[in-house]
Amino acid sequence: MSTVTQTLAPATLDRAAAHRGRRPRKLTAGRVGLYAFLALSAAFFLLPLYIMVVTSLKTMDEIRLAEIFAFPAAPTLDAWVAAWSTACTGLDCSGIQVGFLNSVKILLPSLVLSIGLGAVTGYALSLWKIRGANLLFAVLLLGAFIPYQVFIYPLVRMFSMVGLYGTLPGIVLVHVIFGLPIMTLLFRNFYSSLPPELFKAARVDGGGFWQIFVHVLLPMSTPILIVAAILQVTGIWNDFILGLVFAGRENLPMTVQLNNIVNSAQGEKLYNVNMAATILTALVPLAVYFLSGRWFVRGIAAGSVKG
Amino acid sequence: MATRIRRSAAPVVALTPSILIVLLAYVGTMLWTIWISFTSSRLLPVNSFAGSAQYERLFGDPRWLLAVQNLALFGVLFIGICLVLGFLLAVAIDQRVRAEDSLRTIFLYPHALSFIVTGLVWQWMMNPTLGIQESIQALGWTSFRFDWVVRRDMAIYAVVIAGVWQSAGLVMALMLAGLRGVDEELWKAARVDGIPTWRVYVSIVLPLLKPMIVTSVVLLSIAVVKVYDLVVALTNGGPGTATAVPAKFVMDYLFERQNIGLAASASTVMLVTVLCVLAPWLYSEYFRKAKGSAA
Amino acid sequence: MSIRDLDIRYGAHKALDDLDLEVRQGEFLVLLGPSGCGKSTLLNAIAGLLDISDGEIWISGKNVTWAEPKDRGIGMVFQSYALYPRMSVEDNLSFGLKMGRTPKAEIAARVAKAAKMLQLEPLLKRRPAELSGGQRQRVAIGRALVREVDVFLFDEPLSNLDAKLRAELRVEIKRLHQELGNTMIYVTHDQIEALTLADRIAVMKGGIIQQLGPPGEVYRRPVNRFVAGFIGSPAMNFLEGRVENGAFRAGGETISLERYDFAAPGTSGPASLGIRPEHIRLGEAAPGTVALIGRVEVVEPMGADTLVWTSLGGQPLAIRTDGEATVRPGDEIRFAVDPAKASLFGEDGERL
Repeated sequence: MSTVTQTLAPATLDRAAAHRGRRPRKLTAGRVGLYAFLALSAAFFLLPLYIMVVTSLKTMDEIRLAEIFAFPAAPTLDAWVAAWSTACTGLDCSGIQVGFLNSVKILLPSLVLSIGLGAVTGYALSLWKIRGANLLFAVLLLGAFIPYQVFIYPLVRMFSMVGLYGTLPGIVLVHVIFGLPIMTLLFRNFYSSLPPELFKAARVDGGGFWQIFVHVLLPMSTPILIVAAILQVTGIWNDFILGLVFAGRENLPMTVQLNNIVNSAQGEKLYNVNMAATILTALVPLAVYFLSGRWFVRGIAAGSVKG
Repeated sequence: MATRIRRSAAPVVALTPSILIVLLAYVGTMLWTIWISFTSSRLLPVNSFAGSAQYERLFGDPRWLLAVQNLALFGVLFIGICLVLGFLLAVAIDQRVRAEDSLRTIFLYPHALSFIVTGLVWQWMMNPTLGIQESIQALGWTSFRFDWVVRRDMAIYAVVIAGVWQSAGLVMALMLAGLRGVDEELWKAARVDGIPTWRVYVSIVLPLLKPMIVTSVVLLSIAVVKVYDLVVALTNGGPGTATAVPAKFVMDYLFERQNIGLAASASTVMLVTVLCVLAPWLYSEYFRKAKGSAA
Repeated sequence: MSIRDLDIRYGAHKALDDLDLEVRQGEFLVLLGPSGCGKSTLLNAIAGLLDISDGEIWISGKNVTWAEPKDRGIGMVFQSYALYPRMSVEDNLSFGLKMGRTPKAEIAARVAKAAKMLQLEPLLKRRPAELSGGQRQRVAIGRALVREVDVFLFDEPLSNLDAKLRAELRVEIKRLHQELGNTMIYVTHDQIEALTLADRIAVMKGGIIQQLGPPGEVYRRPVNRFVAGFIGSPAMNFLEGRVENGAFRAGGETISLERYDFAAPGTSGPASLGIRPEHIRLGEAAPGTVALIGRVEVVEPMGADTLVWTSLGGQPLAIRTDGEATVRPGDEIRFAVDPAKASLFGEDGERL
């Protein structure tokens, strides 16, 4: 190094004597291996996205060349237009836009109602002493883990008895029912983590159940509301089985329609249209994911923590 | 007096919808399904008790046995690979690498996608005539096979790949949170002691990540038992019945093959399985908490 | 051990600025300062746990600037103990040695020796979670001990303990130093720990060593106002005023500085006079000291002694007196200060 001082004659001292300042960074084999592993993994995770996009921009003639990795010679959005407005499920050829609209119609009320109910339930269970509350919470917690198959058929019978089966309110109610455990857990944990003095002070000031909730707790619930919204938007949008069973022909959500377009099409399979429709279906949760950044991870963590 | 009553009534009023949901939609349906599994119901539910007849039929049904076998195979591979890959990814990202945020985003984005989207993409990539196999063979590696979705012996592994692609990022995110929670000074102490990095991860950090690992296993196990959409989109249970899984078995018997009793017995078996997975976890959670409050 | 021209920069921020420090073999050096003063940064740099920007670090006659922490001949004790969880005390002590391929018999001997020295023998089979804070820190010290190195580094080792345990362990560390005779470098923000343990104290602020000297000197002759205010509890009184004609004047009061040892004779101008509460005596003035009068405002009994608050020239002044004092608020008191024990600081904060 150029900064070696005159007093440190190299002849009299070992090589280490000349060491000064920042330790030089060496590119070790381990470091190279690390980056190789990360690059390979990134390729594995990105490949399907790449192939989806590339395929959707190709013509069927190009796809028949069987060069799945190749970039489209002349990128075209034709497949996207077709997927949106003319793709067929059975005899109905009005594109995946039908499913998109259905999913929006299902999502919005389900989102508001499930978060609202979860917030109130979580609040009541966390801050108020109610007999049997722990039992209620335990059953809810278990409900979050039990496969839908256990509940589905009896629910179908109940819903048809009251005329909700295969209707928009029916599928919304189903989402509220199956969203309740995770929403309750989320809000209960959040409200339990607040300083208890806050709630005590509000009680001393004479606040009632709803007053405390609306005036004290809701204004400070923004973070958990965001997490809840992320979980529910992606969860409800990505749902397949509940939509398939409960939504009815008129309200099939986008995922169900997508699967119908791809897996039960007649005649030649239009892979470019299929992939365009797949991306369109993935767009909403992807947008949520990329816009929410670290909140998404928080949602995962919050959704997985113990009760 | 009036206000006191209202005050104590308000929380109960607020909980009424949840109580109704729990009683009707959870407990009620569960009990009903269990009861139906002990009846001779077929097309319609009937209340004639038939003992364990449905269960005997169920476990004599090769399709169900295959579904259970598939589930076990899928479960072991899916959970195992997700844990190992997720842990390695988290450790790799924890090495102060460049573009840490981008890498994390790349590894986790599949988890935002539905199993339907996941299944359809991988179905297309494994397309035997137009997919990856054809492209690689065109490069000269003519014996390359990646047509797993249409091969009876390999289709279940295709489901594993797609599942790992979707869920490994979740494990990565959980593990990374755990790694970031490790005391900085522990790392310093290990460096002063001259303990190799890999050894620190194995002997010191890994035991500290136990709660994260348990959480991951529970979440992945639940996903395994529930697996349905992925199979429907990727292989629709095929080729033939090669990728039959319990959830799909139940759905098929409920809505297509019209055998309510058999489906109910199958879903009861699923329920018991889930409870068996959950019980030790809930117990340890409870046990740990009891220990913590005593200290 | 020696540190030469050490610089540590984070972007534009200088954590350590051109720092030189020589530590004698067997010395107990305490790095003292408020948080963010660079004391922990310095310790971590010595340990090799963070990258330095410029300079050299020598330990036991070897340049270790680029050496790995394990090769520097150091042992380190951390604030959070940093014990390896889920390993028994015995494994905690021996893990590093095992990694370093030390012979088994040698490991056993060293562990036994350290355990005896720190009274860890009954705890060897326990896990860290089953130990109290004080026991954990003794294990952490033991882990540094078994390395049989020349230099021990302590990074605020007692800060996570309660006051009683802190005092106990402090004595234990001092005893350990007397028995072993190793070089020890000890970081703390607690001036009592610094005063009780150190052979020399380095008071740090803003990445610079403000004063380096034996505890007595740092206490009696602080080089600047920062050091004067940081050392001593209750804190030193500061009276703002002027030095004129060999006397200090503040708000109508005059204190003769005849007995004060000026750094440069003939000084005058604005200054602050620092007097420790324990250097003010209630009662009549002894020869050479300056007699003053004040009115008691607040009395704080502290058991062994009592702190009496009055004011001088309109500025608050604390007087430390014995616990038997019978003064009450409102009383008029006479007291005396000894200029020889006072410190005088100029406008720039430096000692005059």
